[in-house]
Amino acid sequence: MISLMVAILLPLRSMAIGEQLYAQHCAACHGADGSGGVGVPLNLPDFLAVASDDYLKITIREGRPGRVMPAFPRLSDSELGALVTHLRSMAEVPAPDYSPQPLAGNAARGEQMFTKHCESCHGEYGKGGSGTGVTFSRPRDAPIVAPALSNSGFQQAASDAMLKATLLRGRKGTPMPSLSSLGLTEGDADDLVAYLRTLRTDSVQMEPDDHEVVIQYESSYDLEQTLENLKQAVVGRNFRIIRLQHLEEGLARPGAENPRTVMLYFCNFALLNEALVIDPRVGLFLPCRITVLETEQGVQVSSINPKRLSHLFNNRELDRACQEMHDMYAEIIEEATL
Amino acid sequence: MKSWLTGVVLLLVTAAANAQDLYMVRTQLSFPEAMAVLQETIRKHGQVVSRVQRVDIGLTTFGYKTDKYRVVFYGELDDIRQVTNQYPELVSYLPLKIAIFAEGDETLLLASSFEHLRGIYPSATMQSRFDRWEKNVREILEEVRSSE
Repeated sequence: MISLMVAILLPLRSMAIGEQLYAQHCAACHGADGSGGVGVPLNLPDFLAVASDDYLKITIREGRPGRVMPAFPRLSDSELGALVTHLRSMAEVPAPDYSPQPLAGNAARGEQMFTKHCESCHGEYGKGGSGTGVTFSRPRDAPIVAPALSNSGFQQAASDAMLKATLLRGRKGTPMPSLSSLGLTEGDADDLVAYLRTLRTDSVQMEPDDHEVVIQYESSYDLEQTLENLKQAVVGRNFRIIRLQHLEEGLARPGAENPRTVMLYFCNFALLNEALVIDPRVGLFLPCRITVLETEQGVQVSSINPKRLSHLFNNRELDRACQEMHDMYAEIIEEATL
Repeated sequence: MKSWLTGVVLLLVTAAANAQDLYMVRTQLSFPEAMAVLQETIRKHGQVVSRVQRVDIGLTTFGYKTDKYRVVFYGELDDIRQVTNQYPELVSYLPLKIAIFAEGDETLLLASSFEHLRGIYPSATMQSRFDRWEKNVREILEEVRSSE
């Protein structure tokens, strides 16, 4: 009787844990039902039919360095298993069983086919499509951002046999065609896989450089003059001033706020839109803001350091934008304070 | 039986380590509902909502179907004064904040963890403060996520 109860309850518990873990860690990006969002759709039958359990587990554990999908190194094996069980419940297709043997193909031939058939979506050298997928109802060109085939996480997770199966099957619900629809053969798939294995994987720095958490300058002027200088510097760079506000506004009762700590919010809508297209999550650090604080030691002017925060998003495309934002903050503050 | 099982599951899931630098949750609440629940939950945690900032001005002119994107600032006055006095450079990270934006009929919420600041401010007081902020933000997000 007890063994029967255990036999019934254990799978039930695993399914329930998987569902909870999915809701907690995955649903925000991949959608509650796996239909995708910031992350790729997971509930496509053609995906689950070719994705092995190992592929799913390694992907969850290692993530995709520099491509938004974070790593979850602290999830236990049983939690990973529960998550995979939940993912499997999204489509009525059996898990594939692949041979671990590497395939032998002609990489040079594969490269020619890749350039002709794959590069337009997967990018030069398999660096992947741009952006993070559908975001707060913004229309997108395709229902999925083409994966970065050169990504170290992808290369580690996908076996040769799984790559081949994906090529042969294609993926309904995405722009990925089957090889046969392109007039290619199984032998061509071997060659393509051989080429994919030659792609140089990105070396993405997962830890931040030794950047300061803030950009900070001492001002040569008093608080009022520094604020005036800031406004001029901001407007001079085509930003619109949104508002000036005491740090304690809304926290202290009106009139009791510390008047010596002031925040200047400003924005350039074209740049804001550009940043949100790259990654909608950066809105967390927008619109732009510089804070001026007067103490007995003098007037300090500071902002967040976007270069320091860039790594939080695990999105390599953001690095350039964060560098530009850093330079813009530094120029504005320098001009206003010197 | 079901409630017992749910209890076990919640306990196990809560115990799972969160490896992310960002906390992001999805709720099936519509944007206005989620916004109301978020502010109420922040207050329930003893925090004051100091401002709701629009991030979406002009987005529709760039082809977005919706412009529901806000950042909710919150904190405690004493906490903010203490940090400002001790570590004035940290003022750029204050008040604390949670971003909230619509995706279709659902709503996403996002906050940063404080891991990137921990190594720079090793004092016991700051570590304890980061712990408290971290616990608060995770609980707030989880409560909004599980609201119906």
